[in-house]
Amino acid sequence: MLAFIIRRLVQGILVMLVVGFIAFSLFNFVGDPVSLMLPPEATQADREQMRGVLGLDKPFYVQFATFIGNAVQGNFGISLRLGRPVSTLLVERLPATLELAIAAALIGLFVGIPVGVYTALNRNSWISQAMLTTSLVGVSLPNFLIGIFLILTFAVWLGWLPSFGRGDTVKIGAWSTGLLTTSGLKALILPSITLGFFPVTLIMRLVRSEMMEVLRTDYIKFARARGLTTRAINFGHALKNTLVPVITITGLQLGGIIAFAIITETVFQWPGMGLLFIQAVQFADIPVMAAYLCLIGFIFVVINLVVDILYYVVDPRLRIDRATAGH
Amino acid sequence: MKLHRAAAAAICLALAVPAGAKTLRYASQNDPQTLDPHAANLLAASRLTSQVYDTLVWRDANWKPVPWLAVSWSQPLSSTWRFKLRQGVKFHDGTPFTADDVVFSVNRALSPTSQMRTAIQGVESARKVDDYTVDLVMKEANPALLQHLTQFRIMSRAWAVKNKAERPQDYKNKEDTFAARNANGTGPYKVKEFAPDVRVVLEQNKEWWGHKANLFEGNIDEVVMLPIASAATRIAALISGEVDMVIDPPTQDVTRLKSNAQLKVIEGAEMRVQYLAFDLQRDELLYGGEKKKNPFKDLRVRQAVAHAVDAEAIQRVVMRGLSKPTGSIITDLVVGYDAAADKRLPHDKERAKKLLAEAGYPNGFDVTLDCGNNQPAADICQAAAAMLSQAGIRVKPNIVVQTNFFPKLEKHDSSFYLLSWGGGVTSDALYTMNALLHSQNPKGDGDFNMGRWTSPEMDRLIERMKIEPDPARRNAVISDALMLANKELPLVPIHQSLIPWAMRKNVSSWFTPVNTVYFYKTRID
Repeated sequence: MLAFIIRRLVQGILVMLVVGFIAFSLFNFVGDPVSLMLPPEATQADREQMRGVLGLDKPFYVQFATFIGNAVQGNFGISLRLGRPVSTLLVERLPATLELAIAAALIGLFVGIPVGVYTALNRNSWISQAMLTTSLVGVSLPNFLIGIFLILTFAVWLGWLPSFGRGDTVKIGAWSTGLLTTSGLKALILPSITLGFFPVTLIMRLVRSEMMEVLRTDYIKFARARGLTTRAINFGHALKNTLVPVITITGLQLGGIIAFAIITETVFQWPGMGLLFIQAVQFADIPVMAAYLCLIGFIFVVINLVVDILYYVVDPRLRIDRATAGH
Repeated sequence: MKLHRAAAAAICLALAVPAGAKTLRYASQNDPQTLDPHAANLLAASRLTSQVYDTLVWRDANWKPVPWLAVSWSQPLSSTWRFKLRQGVKFHDGTPFTADDVVFSVNRALSPTSQMRTAIQGVESARKVDDYTVDLVMKEANPALLQHLTQFRIMSRAWAVKNKAERPQDYKNKEDTFAARNANGTGPYKVKEFAPDVRVVLEQNKEWWGHKANLFEGNIDEVVMLPIASAATRIAALISGEVDMVIDPPTQDVTRLKSNAQLKVIEGAEMRVQYLAFDLQRDELLYGGEKKKNPFKDLRVRQAVAHAVDAEAIQRVVMRGLSKPTGSIITDLVVGYDAAADKRLPHDKERAKKLLAEAGYPNGFDVTLDCGNNQPAADICQAAAAMLSQAGIRVKPNIVVQTNFFPKLEKHDSSFYLLSWGGGVTSDALYTMNALLHSQNPKGDGDFNMGRWTSPEMDRLIERMKIEPDPARRNAVISDALMLANKELPLVPIHQSLIPWAMRKNVSSWFTPVNTVYFYKTRID
């Protein structure tokens, strides 16, 4: 078990190195931050000097090596746009993104699972058909369009919910939370629905197909033959067996939700890491982009690792195989 | 729904600060990034720092320099300006404002990491004469010094020393400067909260010296400055009543905002001119179809370009009315503007074709036009390309990401480009003409003359502008230079942009040509 985790960790570090390397080779194309940092009247000499100070005059592999060297010591450099340490910025923005992502994932679970079960059990009802059609729309509509549509409806026409921002936040240690104030909770509704739309459709379709699969298996037929109530069969046996892959997928989706929050955060001016990243791209703020991409890589690696370990815990067959192979 | 409204009203009432306190919620696309008045020369930052920090000289309603922290000035020697300072002014932390703070701020703005050296252009050092008198010693003459000083903000020495913020942001040291996140000026507003990318809250400085001098014309107690990057969201927030003012609505929404009964849009001219410029140095264009030739070196070709571009059509279609076609690279609020030099060659396709034929291009020629990807530049670029192609110059628009566009021009890696230039920083012709029309040299003259046009006559006129102390004679020199630019057409001005500010009906403000809202002149009635 320990050897397995260590092996996965080493692989994870490799993945992050590759992410960082590819990112740095791309930074050559995002442009030159110096043109935005210096006033238009700055002379050529000023610009060259600034490039030297920032190390931008060196080839990208040297910049990459410097970045890795500093990152290992926990120093991600200083944001060119905001003039503050990148690590501080990311720590400040992390709570906003995580609260939004977790809210979206919860919406995905608590809407996706019931709807999936319903559509599997009542395959031919018109409600199921309508829900499936809606889910198709949800899968194909881009995130920002859903966001703008929600803003138009609930902020502009009805005036119930705020169209932007995070509302008032409360600080608990280093963590700033919007979950403890009314305005913070209200501000969370539209962005989390926008971000949760895709997971809802995904989970609902997954639950539906898994459930239909399970309902066809022999042990369900046997349960019916034994005369168990429909309720006990559907929820006691079928649903339970459906949920294993759903939990896996939801775990993996969480990484995706955090990464895709970029668009939702931009539409709603949600002060998370995604918004920070978008603005960094526009400014060619290389330290922030590099650190963000590595952090997202890290989150994916960690989630994958946790899911793998969960498999190990949940599925006894894996353990037995490993044990026999070892001897 | 009624219930919701009632609940919302109740919450608002519960949260409201003293009865009658007025809060202005202001939104724009960009975040101010820093509070340090000498760190960044960026519009988004100066929109904030100009509320908090005062300058020695500021402007009246007609944009003319007026005494501010300095009450009077004189020039006892040609190399020295003497400023008498206002007495009884206090910084936000209560320390009194004296000559030491001016000397300190000059040194700070002159330091290598400062981006605001232009605000004190020509100044070598500052010398304290007594507590309320300061001399600025010039290393070279700057006839537009007073205009420049309107951008030079004064910081408290004691405060900066106490917080180790004697130097503006230094990227070498990889650390935060205190002054980037905290502010202590003498200005009409104090910073109450500074959360980058979330909000900046300002509260009125009741002790501001301007109250006694009757300069405070507004009535806003608290300002919430909100950055909202997405244009659609920004407009939605304005329509739904979550913000009171948006200073950068997208052009296509202006008509719709005007028809909203709750809102109004005020429009004013910015000192920014869009223009086309040519590679006038190489003998063969990098991105042209002609071998061994640079068609743009022929004046008739440049005239053909000017005749081919229909600035009125661009105004109507691309800008939806939000522009003013111009033939002058400086606008009417800039010192030295001359209406006689503000003449565009009329739109005339046939004349353009004829000029091209005379220059030896009866079948036209191919060339690439480089533009930034910001709006409206990208749209103007495409419109201009189509217009030029109709006259025979087959233009391929090449729209480049903003962060790549400037480095490209800087390397002279362009044959034909569209750029805009804002003269608002100093509102003096020299600033614009020195950057765009002087021949390039290592001293930094002609830094934005990226087509590398050289004209000894123009250089001579610009050098005269730098030293001529007599305003009337200096204006005559500027006129001559503008006339020369019109004759030689090293660049073709298209239009001056008009800026729309959208706000609730009960908000009123002072429209400034630098596209900045000054809250001390903003009211909610």
